Amino acid sequence: MSFKRFATAALLGAGLIAAATAGASAKTLVFCSEGSPEGFDPALYTSGTSFDASGRAVFNRLVEFDIGTTKVVPGLAESWDVSADGKEYTFHLRHGIKFQSSDTFTPTRDMNADDVVFSFERQWKKDNKWFSYAGGNWEYFSSMSMPELLKSVEKVDDYTVKFVLNRPEAPMLADLAMDFASIVSKEYADQLMKAGTPELFNQQPIGTGPFQFVAYQPDAVIRYKANPDYFRGKQKIDDLVFAITTDPAVRVQRLQAGECQIMAYPSPADVAKLKADPNLKVEGEAGLNVGYLAYNTMMPPFDKPEVRKALNMAINKKAIVDAVFQGTGTVAKNPIPPTMWSYNNDVKETPYDPDQAKKMLADAGVKDLSMKIWAMPVSRPYMPNARRAAELMQSDLSKVGVKAEIVSYEWGEYLKRVADKKRDGAVILGWTGDNGDPDNFLAVLLGCDGVGTSNNAANYCYKPFEDLIQKAKTTADQAERTKLYEQAQVVFKDQAPWDVLDHSQTFMPMSKKVTGYKINPLGTHIFEGVDISE
Amino acid sequence: MLRFLATRVGLLIPTFIGVSLVAFGFIRLLPGDPILIFAGEHGITPERYHQVAMQYGFDRPIWTQYFHYLGNLLHGDFGQSIVTRRPVLREFITLFPATLELSVCAIVFAVIIGVPAGVLAAVKRGSVVDQGLMGTALVGYSMPVFWWALLLVIFFSGILHWTPVSGRMDLLYFFKPVTGFMLIDSLLSGQKGAFTSAVSHLILPTIVLGTIPLAVIARQTRSAMLEVLGEDYVRTARAKGLSPFRVVGIHALRNALIPVITTIGLQVGMMMAGAILTETIFSWPGIGKWMVDSVFRRDYPVVQGGLILIAGIIMIVNLVVDLLYGLVNPRIRHR
Repeated sequence: MSFKRFATAALLGAGLIAAATAGASAKTLVFCSEGSPEGFDPALYTSGTSFDASGRAVFNRLVEFDIGTTKVVPGLAESWDVSADGKEYTFHLRHGIKFQSSDTFTPTRDMNADDVVFSFERQWKKDNKWFSYAGGNWEYFSSMSMPELLKSVEKVDDYTVKFVLNRPEAPMLADLAMDFASIVSKEYADQLMKAGTPELFNQQPIGTGPFQFVAYQPDAVIRYKANPDYFRGKQKIDDLVFAITTDPAVRVQRLQAGECQIMAYPSPADVAKLKADPNLKVEGEAGLNVGYLAYNTMMPPFDKPEVRKALNMAINKKAIVDAVFQGTGTVAKNPIPPTMWSYNNDVKETPYDPDQAKKMLADAGVKDLSMKIWAMPVSRPYMPNARRAAELMQSDLSKVGVKAEIVSYEWGEYLKRVADKKRDGAVILGWTGDNGDPDNFLAVLLGCDGVGTSNNAANYCYKPFEDLIQKAKTTADQAERTKLYEQAQVVFKDQAPWDVLDHSQTFMPMSKKVTGYKINPLGTHIFEGVDISE
Repeated sequence: MLRFLATRVGLLIPTFIGVSLVAFGFIRLLPGDPILIFAGEHGITPERYHQVAMQYGFDRPIWTQYFHYLGNLLHGDFGQSIVTRRPVLREFITLFPATLELSVCAIVFAVIIGVPAGVLAAVKRGSVVDQGLMGTALVGYSMPVFWWALLLVIFFSGILHWTPVSGRMDLLYFFKPVTGFMLIDSLLSGQKGAFTSAVSHLILPTIVLGTIPLAVIARQTRSAMLEVLGEDYVRTARAKGLSPFRVVGIHALRNALIPVITTIGLQVGMMMAGAILTETIFSWPGIGKWMVDSVFRRDYPVVQGGLILIAGIIMIVNLVVDLLYGLVNPRIRHR
């Protein structure tokens, strides 16, 4: 008995010393994150919070966005070929990629074509055992139209996979760099299914990525450690910790107190204060998003471009952006953000000119117009305070004799009513890019397919514009596509289905000790390549 | 006594049905469709919408949904969160200890300070001390929790660096939860400094959550004491020449405490409401924060299940209190 006790004590002591020394040498980066992930299977969710915790930290994709840009670079596939008709994509996989090991799983083989095929079939084929494991809602896979687009995903050999499409789709590569296309381990899936615990797939993720999952305490902390076998090399930080802190003011306090070294989503009002802190630096980058006011182009008088243009002239956008963003946003003129390829800087901005607006309205035969302005009830990076923006618009419009009434509904209800084709007036809404492709803005938000959905809030369907974006969608050559999108932006400006309001700035406040962090224009947070000095 | 017990337990059934109806109905009265909120700006096609609605049974008549839900409840099945897709009961069990730990600390804090303050104010009735204490209590009672919490954080954590800003434990320490109570788990982990860290993380949330109960208890103690101090037996005790401490501390306080205990019991229920704000500010991973997030996401199963579980706990606590009263005071038993 006494020996046993002694042994236990000795072991415990040794463990403590080991833990203490390990603690001293290990580099830990703590990220004050904004919320709890919904789960750890990146294909099941659509929120950035979940992608930060799963897709970006734990997993890789065939192709990936070069960190800090939207350029597509090789990931788990080292190269790929696209057929002349643009319908076949053949990926050549890297050799020797290891999936991570955990207490319960040790991979017996390297990542291969079976894993790639499984990663897509589980979201696609209803007869796949994994299709319905978490309710069968593969939101992003469906919202990126994958079920209609994919004809087959075939294993050619262990290290070659061929995707066959039903039609040419130029943004396909960018789509495959998105989180839903993360490559998961088939071996791990099989083991869990055999053990009757498929739900663990969404709770204890196993990927190939820079960090491996250690533990999650709901609503409190997520822990990761560096993956020693990562194919781009082991990370410089040993431990990555997400300290979940929902209140932005508290995140600021934690960062200033040194409880975390980097934080997500500061309030615009706090940015100046954080910049002034001698221990911190605040990095900023234009976000890949757009905020807009969409007229319902199906309902008179908003079916006339000259009326829409006149209203745009009546609204003082700069004043709105200044008031709502407090210096953290820029005034927009195009429906895509300036950091996106094919952005057409030659497009002329519509001037703020109330007198001209009044005249144009009169010329168009519009008198005593009263309209609704829809203000979204939630705060989004592209529109932090829609109510305030709507009030400013209301006062601007009254100066040209237009009476505007502000309406707002609960978020779900708002989106539902926005989708109504007979909706009255103009809605404030916006969009954050999914994959950095212009198609993801222009076709999704202004294409004829979107009429009658909340995506195309303007119910805009204009043949010359539609022809340009459809042609660009099926053209593989990027230079050619750029020209088409540049033209589309000119048509858009002339037609004015929206008053394009703003693009937001993304800010990441962090300790001066943090190096190598690059702001991801797509909005998620990536810690690959980040280091922290002692 | 047995009959008393049977009636009390019997009363739980209609209460439970009432609670389940309210829990089921209220979240559905709020405008907002969980599927649309989940889809966000991306939108959802009508076919897909229909498919998801079918999966959660939202397409069926509301009464069918209710009885189906009730049937599942009787089997101990609280359903699955729409958002995380984990069982509601398991999420609750994971998060509840955090709320319980904080609530117990807050109520202990409120009693330890509130009762003596009330006694002191009663004894020094009308003096500067009385007015000072009761004035402070009024301020404490009226202070918005959110503001008060941020004020304390900025002062004690931001400027003085005495306490951590938020969370339950320094991130340096890491151990598997055993009981879910950080004070106990940190001791069990054997990691040096973990317990101290747990205590330091509890200080500010305890003060914030305990402030309102403290004010209520102090005022209640004062008025109960004033009443008792005027009683004949206190005068008799004084006349007997007992020391003032014995008169106030033993004879008067014991009798004055009866209404105070009732107040304390009521405050435990109120804590759940206070916990929501306190947990949000301090990133405290408890059920208050969980419920708020779920209401915003219109995560029906979580809101329903959470409400029923919280109500269930309060009902059981009340039952135990009732039974204890019965034991202490035979007059209640026979009513």
